[in-house]
Amino acid sequence: MSTATTAIKPIMPAKHFLNDNYGIRSWLLTKDHKRIAILYLVSITFFFFMGGLFAALIRLELLTPQGDLFTSDTYNKLFSMHGINMVFFFLVPSIPATLGNFVLPIMLGAKDLAFPKINLLSWYIYIFAAFFSLATMVSGGVDTGWTFYTPLSSGFLHTHVALMAVGVIFAGFSSIFTGLNFIVTVHRMRAPGMTWGRLPLFVWSNYATSLIMVLATPVLAITLILLALERTFHIGVFDPRYGGDPVLFQHMFWFYSHPAVYIMILPGMGVISELITCFSRKRVFGYSFVAFSSIAIAVFGFLVWAHHMFVAGISQYSAMVFSLLSMAVAIPSAVKVFNWTATMYKGSISLDTPMLYALGFIGLFTIGGLTGIMLAALGMDVHVHDTYFVIAHFHYVMVGGMVTAYLGGLHFWWPKITGRMYPEAPAKLAAIITFIGFNLTFFPQFVLGYLGMPRRYHAYPPEFQVLNVLSSAGASVLAIGFILPAIYFLWSLKYGAIAGDNPWQATGLEWQTTSPPPTHNFHEVPVVTTRPYNYGAQQEVTVVH
Amino acid sequence: MQFKFPLFPEQASTLAGQVDAFYLFLVLVTTFFSLLIALLILFFIIKYRRRPDREAEQIHGSTLLEIIWTVIPLGITLFIFVWGAVLYYKIQNPPVNALEIYGVGKQWMWKFQHPGGQREINTLHVPTGRPVKVTLISQDVIHDFFVPAFRVKQDVLPNRYVTSWFQATKPGAYHLFCSQYCGTNHSAMIGQIIAMTPEDYQEWLASGKAEGSLSSMGEKLFQEFGCTTCHRPDSGARGPNLQGLYGRPVRLSDNRIVIADDNYIRESILHPNAKVVQGFQPIMPTFEGVVSEDGLIQITEYIKHMGTQESEPINNRSTPTQLRDNEVPQIQQELQQGGQPAPSGKKP
Repeated sequence: MSTATTAIKPIMPAKHFLNDNYGIRSWLLTKDHKRIAILYLVSITFFFFMGGLFAALIRLELLTPQGDLFTSDTYNKLFSMHGINMVFFFLVPSIPATLGNFVLPIMLGAKDLAFPKINLLSWYIYIFAAFFSLATMVSGGVDTGWTFYTPLSSGFLHTHVALMAVGVIFAGFSSIFTGLNFIVTVHRMRAPGMTWGRLPLFVWSNYATSLIMVLATPVLAITLILLALERTFHIGVFDPRYGGDPVLFQHMFWFYSHPAVYIMILPGMGVISELITCFSRKRVFGYSFVAFSSIAIAVFGFLVWAHHMFVAGISQYSAMVFSLLSMAVAIPSAVKVFNWTATMYKGSISLDTPMLYALGFIGLFTIGGLTGIMLAALGMDVHVHDTYFVIAHFHYVMVGGMVTAYLGGLHFWWPKITGRMYPEAPAKLAAIITFIGFNLTFFPQFVLGYLGMPRRYHAYPPEFQVLNVLSSAGASVLAIGFILPAIYFLWSLKYGAIAGDNPWQATGLEWQTTSPPPTHNFHEVPVVTTRPYNYGAQQEVTVVH
Repeated sequence: MQFKFPLFPEQASTLAGQVDAFYLFLVLVTTFFSLLIALLILFFIIKYRRRPDREAEQIHGSTLLEIIWTVIPLGITLFIFVWGAVLYYKIQNPPVNALEIYGVGKQWMWKFQHPGGQREINTLHVPTGRPVKVTLISQDVIHDFFVPAFRVKQDVLPNRYVTSWFQATKPGAYHLFCSQYCGTNHSAMIGQIIAMTPEDYQEWLASGKAEGSLSSMGEKLFQEFGCTTCHRPDSGARGPNLQGLYGRPVRLSDNRIVIADDNYIRESILHPNAKVVQGFQPIMPTFEGVVSEDGLIQITEYIKHMGTQESEPINNRSTPTQLRDNEVPQIQQELQQGGQPAPSGKKP
């Protein structure tokens, strides 16, 4: 709102998707992608805070070297459920199912996704899976870690491993449906003039994400079904006592779970491309390089899984091949970072809240990515593998990267979703608190990891305590940074200033319709005549309502 | 709370310094690029902050720049790859003259056996100044042998032997962690590596109560289980002769050739029918659940020493049980080159 070019007070449209219909049925049976996005938003927020609660308890336990707050079994359940919750019920659906669901069809100029009913079904499957898992957690939980390594999980633990596997398999189906829907929508539902070369970069990154969702997720389902079968019927696949090979599980698990890392980060990268251009008032520096780097990441992502297994007893030469291929993923990621930075060059930069998150993302993702290269380097990985160094690395990517991008995107599109602005001052404060709290929590873990503190340790030698206390202190700051937005977003629903159609003066079709958009997104089918991010050109403000 | 905390773990092996040097280089690269990006961003948001009197200049697209920031990171990552791979190769391959120690991981403890028969639990005494190779196996789930001060780590699998090696450089007690999550007391599966001067180590070995060397304990088991009934050095034996077997190529009934190493011997005891030697019937019963992991190690150690104990030439080398002596060097060479050796009968 820094450039107030319009003197006219923004008004709320009389009819939009939120007041089109009332009542619980109108939400639970809706086929409107925007309402489904909100259903997803509410549910993943719940599971984000659940996962956060588990994390808080973990950090509380790690304040002291002795395992004194919980028993070892409880602690093992806490970190397992933190991981399962955050990965499968928050990170994987986070941006695609909420922001993607809401914005992607509008960005394309479409009325809805290609398969609105499948979209609703995907939410129901998600909810079933998530609450099934929640019930499993409440009724005893699992202590496998989110990685479910065999033969521990298939033959040695006495918790609800098979039930949890069922929950995760269903969550997978929900993301396959979302991916399928996005792919078909991008191919078939683009408005006249919306060529592939004009697609917003957020669409490109969600498209790349969808490819991974559709191609990789089935492997997770197969792996977990085999695990559940081995656990229940003792068929020998992974457990050597029945003639299986435990390392095979790791190959199959990471064949999904490494690409899944890109399911979790690519949509975030897409958000950042939107934010940097908008708040710099500039076209993205190298559109096609940023677009194709998303596809490159998706493709390379399938060829690097064994870098999780350098000390697992695989052949030295295959380890070398996987190390080399892992290095290749760094290149498209670097290309993105350089292009974002170059986009700001000679721009007209304003530091609204979404931009603060975007800048935080670039910094934290850069560190997360570069430490990823350290881990892909064989001689280095041996020492830091399965230590807190790895924990720090993937939290820099997953929280510093993905969660930061998610919050940035949520602030950016909040006025479009609700028609109201969030309060700027507390929002900026929350962005800064999150950034500081995050670094305080996870930076000490890099040092801890190099010193040799292994992951998943309930108790640890006393010399690691100072760094653990620092980390726990940071976590409490981080928690404030996450709770604040929950409060002021809710507040803004009633008291926020009316946003108007395009509060950021952004390009993109989603800003040309009303805020909130009408149920069918546009009153007339929009026609695209310009390239994306056409900042600086005389902006034709097409008033559609 | 201990308020001193170093940034590096102690350097106590020959590899530690090399890993730390690599780490420092990587930290340098990471810091350089993180700072480069952070400073550029900081500079841009100050210099190009939004002001009413200036508009953004629409500069974009430069194939040259795109090539530059693709090629430079590519070069750097390739360099990192090579350095990392060379170091990994050193970490993974023990020198030939290493002292051999066996370790068994189980929920939630480590058991070690020295060649002289000394056994330890959660503690491992090793000499400094000499490479030590630890051959590891798990009795249940996957564990991990991790000694931060030596910068070595190796997952310990339940179905086959893996090795880790180090050469301690200074006497002291160092953490041994299990770093692969292994159930309830994962964080209690810790121990100590005690590095001693070679003299102290010899003294320690001598003071240990050993029932006999590993190989002699293996020999006892070998007789107890009646292995000698079939595995005899005469030509009428129902099982292959094991003398001089260790480390040699063996031809299987399906014409494949495998090297008779620790893993092959262990598999042949537990799953005798998996790899039957050519010319023999699959009649051996399984010893799974009969011999413990410790026992398997002892029997393997015994088989290893069988060839060396025998001074006379082994009498049935020329029977189909094993490859003929003159075939061995050629096949070893072929295996080293990674090629599948052709069946000997079809050789021109």
